[in-house]
Amino acid sequence: MTEFIFFLNQVLISGAVLGSIYALGAIGITLIFGILRFAHFAHSELMTSGAFIAFLLALWFSSMGVSLPIPTGFVVLPIAMVLAALLALGIDKGFYSPLRKRGARPVTLLIASIGVTLMMQGLVRLFFGTGSYSFFENESKAIYRIDTSWLGSTRPLVVTQPQLLMVVVTIIAVVALHFFLTRSRLGKAMRAMADNADLAQVSGINTALVVRVTWIIAGALACMAGTMLALDVTLKPDLAFNIILPIFAAAIVGGLGQAYGAIAGGFLIGFAETISVFNWSIVLRPLKSVLPDWISIPGNLALVPTEYKLTVAFLILVVTLLVRPTGIFKGASS
Amino acid sequence: MALIELSHVVGGYGGAPILNGVDMAIDRSDIGVIVGPNGAGKSTTLKAIFGLLTVSGGGIVFDGEEIANSLPDKLVPRGLSFVPQEKNVFTSMSVEENLEMGAFTRRDAFDDTMAWVYEMFPALKEKRRQPAGELSGGQRQMVAMGRALMSQPKLLMLDEPSAGLSPRYVIEIFETIVRVNKEGVGILMVEQNARQALAFASKGFVLANGQNRFTGTGAELIADPEVAKSFLGG
Repeated sequence: MTEFIFFLNQVLISGAVLGSIYALGAIGITLIFGILRFAHFAHSELMTSGAFIAFLLALWFSSMGVSLPIPTGFVVLPIAMVLAALLALGIDKGFYSPLRKRGARPVTLLIASIGVTLMMQGLVRLFFGTGSYSFFENESKAIYRIDTSWLGSTRPLVVTQPQLLMVVVTIIAVVALHFFLTRSRLGKAMRAMADNADLAQVSGINTALVVRVTWIIAGALACMAGTMLALDVTLKPDLAFNIILPIFAAAIVGGLGQAYGAIAGGFLIGFAETISVFNWSIVLRPLKSVLPDWISIPGNLALVPTEYKLTVAFLILVVTLLVRPTGIFKGASS
Repeated sequence: MALIELSHVVGGYGGAPILNGVDMAIDRSDIGVIVGPNGAGKSTTLKAIFGLLTVSGGGIVFDGEEIANSLPDKLVPRGLSFVPQEKNVFTSMSVEENLEMGAFTRRDAFDDTMAWVYEMFPALKEKRRQPAGELSGGQRQMVAMGRALMSQPKLLMLDEPSAGLSPRYVIEIFETIVRVNKEGVGILMVEQNARQALAFASKGFVLANGQNRFTGTGAELIADPEVAKSFLGG
């Protein structure tokens, strides 16, 4: 039983956290692709700068002596999301919108977004240096140890408060997004424009407004994902840049343009990555007494060494594209 | 004063103009049908009215206001609707959501209009929760027309509403168009089934090379031996 609890700790909880982060990032990428038809590479920088905005706000809050039972990172999250949404709108206005007005092709916008990535990374390094920061320098992570001795386990189930909050916050965000897309006038207009932009225009839908709403949602969710990632590990200038490829894989696996697909793809890749680096030898330990002597369980039985975790996302991506080229939820193929 | 009046409209996609002076006048009680050979500028005329390409000369007056080069999000609230020929439904959205998108520019309650559209197209009511992409060609055309009617237009423009439909649906769509017109919506449509459409047109326009060649009532155009010979296949 101890082994099972260990498995839950290592795979279920870490997988859910990583999956949440991937899902929130992938939703933004998929929405932007659906509406504007280009792969927004700079999404990683929206995530990183969103996390830095939250970090600054958290510093400011704690300097004012605000102390709350939940981590300051979560308290400031709503404000940071608003600021990140404004930042996303500003980036669109400054870099992508002028290109779109000239009728630039999607590949031009893609290259522009790589430029934005480099620029924003440079800016973050200029102000914060290359070091890493922690949200928990002045406060401690509350850790819940759920006693599982009644299950016959010698180890407790360990969940940190941030991890728990991350999963809860993600669920809230996803449910809110679902209601927005299926119930509200603007949400439906967003789906309409992703479905058929020309017809949306012909119907009199204010497409410029839909584009703005898309950036607001994508920016806010990116900030959420980035802050959560920083709360889970540490905050550094290349925080989200390192995971932008699995996030893209999640969006593509789910079906580009499909918000629900991005969520499914995010969790799929999140869990797959944690399962593949999980050390199975610990789970197999109870077999030691049953197995004959000549079979010894090696010390490390992970499917993939941790350094190669990223390859898992690509493996899933390649398999998905071979078997179901438009992704799980039948997204755009272009 | 006609509901819409085109006077010597010149326009195109930026290069050489496709329309070289189109004149048209449609009243709210009219069914106007544009016919002509391929490349004559039939669909282009509708797109020029709807602001989907650049009008570089002439004027378009709708409901007393100059509307040349206005964009759809300004034109729809003024009472102009357009049903494109292809890709004219949101395939991933339900029939009802398609209709709601037609009412996007309206901020008032549109339940009455939706009930009216369902009355006009009873087949849609049964399928209102179904994605529009799963419907047959004829039903999709109904969804497209229903969507365009949700904004309560004064003038409904249709680009080849019968294209690709089986003969049974062609008749049904034409009958519906006549019924919509009787409810007080002006119609301006482009049709390939020229003879069939001119039969119920109160105004007919034969375009060639982006210009009016013949203008008259539908019956007059059908009766004109020259029109019949050159444009209606004898």
